[in-house]
Amino acid sequence: MDLKEKLVASYFAFEDNLEDHSPLHAIRNNAIKIFEENGFPSKKDEAWKYTSLNTVLKHDYSLFSKGEKAIEYKDIKPYLIHDIDSYKIIFIDGKYSSHLSQTTHEGVDVCLMSSAITKPKYRLVIENYFNKAAKDDSMTSLNTAFSNEGAYIHIPKNKIVEKPIQIVHFSTGNEAALMLQPRNLIVVDENSHVQIIERHQSLTDNPVLTNSVTEIFANKRAIVDYYKLQNDNENASLIDNTFIKQKQESHASVHTFSFGGKLTRNNLNFFQHGERIDSTLKGVTIIGDKQHVDHSTLVHHIEPNCESHQDYKGIYGDNATGVFNGKVIVEKEAQKTNAFQANNNILVSDKATINTKPQLEIFADDVKCSHGCTIGALDESAMFYLRSRGIPEKEARALLMYAFSNNVLDSVKIPEIKKRITKLIAKKLGVNIGFDL
Amino acid sequence: MSKYTEDDLREELKTKEYEYGFYTDIESETFPVGLNEEIIRAISKKKEEPEWMTDWRLEAFRAWEDMVEPEWANVHYEKPDFQAISYYSAPNKKAKYNSLDEVDPELLATFEKLGISLDEQKKLAGVAMDVVVDSVSVATTFKKTLAEKGIIFCSISEAIQEHPELVKKYIGTVVPQKDNFYAALNSAVFSDGSFCYIPKGVKCPMELSTYFRINQAGTGQFERTLVIADEGSYVSYLEGCTAPSRDENQLHAAVVELIAMDDAEIKYSTVQNWYPGNSEGKGGVFNFVTKRGLCETNAKISWTQVETGSAVTWKYPSCVLKGDNSVGEFYSIAVTNNFQQADTGTKMIHLGKNTKSTIISKGISAGKSQNSYRGLVQVHSRAENARNFSQCDSLLMGNECGAHTFPYIEAKNKTAQIEHEATTSKIGEDQIFYCNQRGIDTEKAIALIVNGFSKEVLNKLPMEFAVEAQKLLEISLEGSVG
Repeated sequence: MDLKEKLVASYFAFEDNLEDHSPLHAIRNNAIKIFEENGFPSKKDEAWKYTSLNTVLKHDYSLFSKGEKAIEYKDIKPYLIHDIDSYKIIFIDGKYSSHLSQTTHEGVDVCLMSSAITKPKYRLVIENYFNKAAKDDSMTSLNTAFSNEGAYIHIPKNKIVEKPIQIVHFSTGNEAALMLQPRNLIVVDENSHVQIIERHQSLTDNPVLTNSVTEIFANKRAIVDYYKLQNDNENASLIDNTFIKQKQESHASVHTFSFGGKLTRNNLNFFQHGERIDSTLKGVTIIGDKQHVDHSTLVHHIEPNCESHQDYKGIYGDNATGVFNGKVIVEKEAQKTNAFQANNNILVSDKATINTKPQLEIFADDVKCSHGCTIGALDESAMFYLRSRGIPEKEARALLMYAFSNNVLDSVKIPEIKKRITKLIAKKLGVNIGFDL
Repeated sequence: MSKYTEDDLREELKTKEYEYGFYTDIESETFPVGLNEEIIRAISKKKEEPEWMTDWRLEAFRAWEDMVEPEWANVHYEKPDFQAISYYSAPNKKAKYNSLDEVDPELLATFEKLGISLDEQKKLAGVAMDVVVDSVSVATTFKKTLAEKGIIFCSISEAIQEHPELVKKYIGTVVPQKDNFYAALNSAVFSDGSFCYIPKGVKCPMELSTYFRINQAGTGQFERTLVIADEGSYVSYLEGCTAPSRDENQLHAAVVELIAMDDAEIKYSTVQNWYPGNSEGKGGVFNFVTKRGLCETNAKISWTQVETGSAVTWKYPSCVLKGDNSVGEFYSIAVTNNFQQADTGTKMIHLGKNTKSTIISKGISAGKSQNSYRGLVQVHSRAENARNFSQCDSLLMGNECGAHTFPYIEAKNKTAQIEHEATTSKIGEDQIFYCNQRGIDTEKAIALIVNGFSKEVLNKLPMEFAVEAQKLLEISLEGSVG
């Protein structure tokens, strides 16, 4: 039985166990149908031309973790941004861990999807927002069908959430191979402001496949900063589907830092429903070995006077493969749009590959849209300059690469994250320097 | 002129009819519609082709039968019914002419209307013409001058008769029969086209040119061009197209193969002005072309194109940079208006070391047209120090048209240096204001700006062709190009 059959078969058992009157019943049934029809995407799909899931799908994944493993705070501490006060929503093998988490209902709701789905108190929000931004491609639909657990964050009007929220999914290797499908819903109402950090981490070498869907709604003048840290171990794969629906004058930014994992696919979608919206998509990718990172972005400009900025930097070593597939659509009504897209890549090994496809589809005439894309090596004269001043080759190289990715870091608003990422970059580049020279 | 705004221009563009839409009634010998092995054998027999050629066509046809029409391009159209097309149509008087006097006077009048009168061309600076009307070459000039240098320039059917060894060796080596749906179709049914061979070390003294036209109602035209530049040679080849008005869609599926051997250089320029359909989007030519060149060591291939016509264009002149130090260039202006759709661009395949490619693409869309750039830059793992620079600029006029960019960039070598840049803009109010201030009226100003926008590419056209290109831009964007 292949994974698709297994998923479809176990869907019915899963759905039976859920409460019957859940409003999501019809949505789930519809979603599994879409998945059953389309199956897993293959290289024949234009959107998956450069990313094959074959090696990932061959494992016999358990869909639900049975046992429970005792995890202490010290086991997970290294993977948290622990030096700041934050709300934490921690999942172990797909199950919520109350003793490691720190949630709240005071003024804002930072809690669980499973309780939001079932409690009548949240019913209105679920009905208004759940699955309203997500597209119905097959991976998202698969997640929708099995959606039951994840983070539920609702920030009401005029609230500035004073500490960041960390959403972290751990897998403990309890199962020989595990598939996780977390589903997050984040609703930020008018004038509110929130910062969220998301991470997926496997604690052992057992294969893990995560197919995650996050829906974010930024209502009028809301500000949402989202940080994705991806530094998983070599048998963990992640398909991340994020959908952000923005209302007028809202600002949303997503920073994606991809340093690890076997296969990482980031489907990041922005939809601008309103005027004077600002969307920022930035990413740094530094990978080696046989790792594969695929950034697939979409910014859909629907109304006038909006802006979008995309900036993705990639450094690829060993046999690594990088993919960037950026798409900007400017509708006819979206006059005065300002859309910018840049993708810069450095190949450091002879066997690394980069495939990039920055696309523009423009239907409005009074717009400023540009994209730029480069692939190159480090500047030898800059190397010479540094080395002539006594900086060893490895360090000089690392410095240049850090500088290369620096303008993505510039817009990170939480200093602790910046520090952490700087350290990770140093580690990735195999040097022991602080970069904050 | 009191106040000429972009709106006026748009209005003019909408109502501007295709000037060259006339139809010459030449008695044609046309095959029954439909496509099967019999028809292919008949075409081959008609052209008195040797057996290997017939077999080659049949092989392509069999492959074609199993293929499906590609749908990935960003164009929408009603698919042609391939069984409703006549695959052969030749002007009645097939005798070869030695002088212009022998040519059907009606035909000559047609050329005159197009402004490509052979008389004039003969007198004008060294342009040898191989004029193709509906598939059969009817006149060749300057052949003698070329023959002295050992240059072979003739129709492909003549080449199959007289130089079978060259044709057999090279045909299908760059664009194989099974390359794609339309290439396979072309390989099966091509009726005529041009053949050019430049011997070792020869620099072709004149620009070679052909004009293609579609003339008979309901006949598709399937041209096959093969240009071979032997070691150290140079040739500049021009191709221009105009077609009469038609209500039903006509299909044009050409294949062009260029082979540049060591140290050779080929410059291939196209001005394309097939009938684009009327302002309601009715009629017009479907242009599905496969063009590809192969560069050996130190060779250079340069494609320049000005695309103003066709209802639907699907065209990607490509370079396979096989040899070390080879160079590929692509310069393009694509203008779409009314309901035209263009999906055009290039492929640069870097295989050899130190290979270089440049892509400059300018798209101008007006009316309700859609203009797409689709390109591929591929650097293979052994292509050390490959270098690419791409620039795609789009100019939009009005908010009912669209400009799209689909660049694919694949690099497998760390020494590769690739740059891609794309911008989309409209004609700035400030630019027009600046011109107005200096006494240049708005119409002239727009002309100036569009001209400036496309200058980079226009400059690449050979002198002899620049006039023609200018003319065609005028038709497509009347009132904007002075």
